Amino acid sequence: MVFTQQHELIRKLARDFAQKELTPDILDQVEETGVFPQEILKKMGKAGFFGIKIPKELGGTGADTRAYVIVMEEIARVSAVASLYVSSPNSLSGGPLQLSGTPEQLEKYLRPVVTGEKILAFALTEPGAGSDAAGMTTTAVEDGDYYVLNGRKTFITMAPFSDLAIVYAKTDMTKGAKGITAFIVDMKLEGVSCGKPEHKMGLIGCGTSDIILENVRVHKSDILGEINQGFINAMKTLDTGRIGVAAQSVGVAQAALDETIKYAKERKQFGKRIADFQAISFMIAEMATKLEAAKQLLYDAAYKKDMNENTTMAASMAKWFASETCNEICAKAVQIHGGYGYMKEYKVERLYRDCRVFTIYEGTSQVQQMVIAGQLLRK
Amino acid sequence: MEIGMKVLVCVKQVPDTNEVKIDPVKGTLIREGVPSILNPDDANALEAALALKDKDPSIHISVITMGPPQASVMLRECLSMGADAAYLLSDRAFGGADTCATSTTLAAGIKKIGDVDIIFAGRQAIDGDTAQVGPQTAQRLDIPVITYVQDVQVNGDAVTVQRQLEDGYEVIEVKTPCLLTAVKELNEPRYMSIYNIVDAYKKDITVWTHKDVGLSPEECGLSASPTQVWRSFTPPTKGKGEMLKGTVKEMAAEVVAKLKEKHAI
Repeated sequence: MVFTQQHELIRKLARDFAQKELTPDILDQVEETGVFPQEILKKMGKAGFFGIKIPKELGGTGADTRAYVIVMEEIARVSAVASLYVSSPNSLSGGPLQLSGTPEQLEKYLRPVVTGEKILAFALTEPGAGSDAAGMTTTAVEDGDYYVLNGRKTFITMAPFSDLAIVYAKTDMTKGAKGITAFIVDMKLEGVSCGKPEHKMGLIGCGTSDIILENVRVHKSDILGEINQGFINAMKTLDTGRIGVAAQSVGVAQAALDETIKYAKERKQFGKRIADFQAISFMIAEMATKLEAAKQLLYDAAYKKDMNENTTMAASMAKWFASETCNEICAKAVQIHGGYGYMKEYKVERLYRDCRVFTIYEGTSQVQQMVIAGQLLRK
Repeated sequence: MEIGMKVLVCVKQVPDTNEVKIDPVKGTLIREGVPSILNPDDANALEAALALKDKDPSIHISVITMGPPQASVMLRECLSMGADAAYLLSDRAFGGADTCATSTTLAAGIKKIGDVDIIFAGRQAIDGDTAQVGPQTAQRLDIPVITYVQDVQVNGDAVTVQRQLEDGYEVIEVKTPCLLTAVKELNEPRYMSIYNIVDAYKKDITVWTHKDVGLSPEECGLSASPTQVWRSFTPPTKGKGEMLKGTVKEMAAEVVAKLKEKHAI
């Protein structure tokens, strides 16, 4: 087994937490207002959810990737948007710092993120540079002790309420991927602003917007890692990020399956439970089997990460398969729920919307295939 | 830091009775596939101890249980909620114990730990529902016991508690050492944290056998248990009740007719 008794206790904690805190009433309220309750975030911080893989010396819990995956899965099973708040400090925003931060930077920037005092955004994507991240046009030009940043980042999760952002910018326009540097940008610096929060299909309750940089002066002490080495930092961060999205996918798919089994046993048509129709029961058998396959890919990737093996391919396989499978399972869940599945009163309606982005963010399914093929067919 | 007051919590691993069924033929509990959990009232007892420690971090909290080796998971859970140390009384000789033998064993373990100021226990366990082990353990230790505790205040060696009654509560002051049994109204048990779960697996659980706590095999387990379960069974479910309709007069007449029919009146 890839899990120890310790992991099982962590699962119990995450499951209890999700069930007790993320009640249907709270989640309806989040959907209506678009605001996620601060008190729950505080409790998540106290339980250690924001620093799962971060060492104790930096304020984290010192647990591992498998623990992270378990928490993501169990939280996403109840609320996908809640799992975004868990993933951010552990992967996309905490990751770049953990990979390349100096001891001073870690102390100053990572610690408050782990305790939940501060929110950090990961700003890589641009309007014209999505899958082709290296095609970014945000620039950083040296000026004495500072770099001056100009450009626009887009679809940045949590940007509207973040305190800090890791911004990737071109320090050498002639070099493509090898001309990118990562900067830690205080969102209160002069010249930093956010666009309007986007109206998203799902994951309501976690603002996403543009970050606009106009002559933003970032001190050289806030360069993250080495000059022109930022792209490697971003790609390594995404390896972990992809495991997180795979875990979200497994959690949401599990929820869709749970709801469907419950519904199929209750709903009666033609005088019997719809579960007793082969057409329905075979769909459920397929959903469960594919979910199990996704879990195995996910747990394998997490295990490899914990064993310090290269996880680029395993993470992409898990992310691709789990996110596509989750979409398939959620679509079937809505189908089996019939007209009710199309109504907001039923949980599967939200699951269906929430999961749609899983095959898109942190690398589309097609990018994952590029990564996998690239690993296999390298010259 | 200097260790202050010593608090001990008695806990038990129980099958989650929400999921337990009784074998209709054999009359025994079907335990297969039923998850084991920390007894709910014991979680309240532990929370009470942890709440004291929140106010005074010098307080040292131990948890103790009697059970098979698998009970160590539950002890890790207690450590993950914030307990400092865990003791497991585990021995084949302890098997088949009723509440009498259990409290003898627990008391022996508590004596070995020594100098405990406050002992918390849950009111009762959801598998047996006897509510006997707490008070019996206090008796064996010759210390005062207060059951159904719904509030605790500690002031030096004086403990002021609210004891739940059917229609209110009484306030009792008691000197340490003492044993208090907790009800669920006492508090809301806290979550574990991943910080503590990671630490919990770095700690050792102290395991003691009958020899370690100075008991002879005759003093423990089945051989020291005057009560034995003769048979367990599910009472037959009552038939569906009948709802009468009509005016009060009509319904009254019908009730009388039915009762006469059954020769009840």
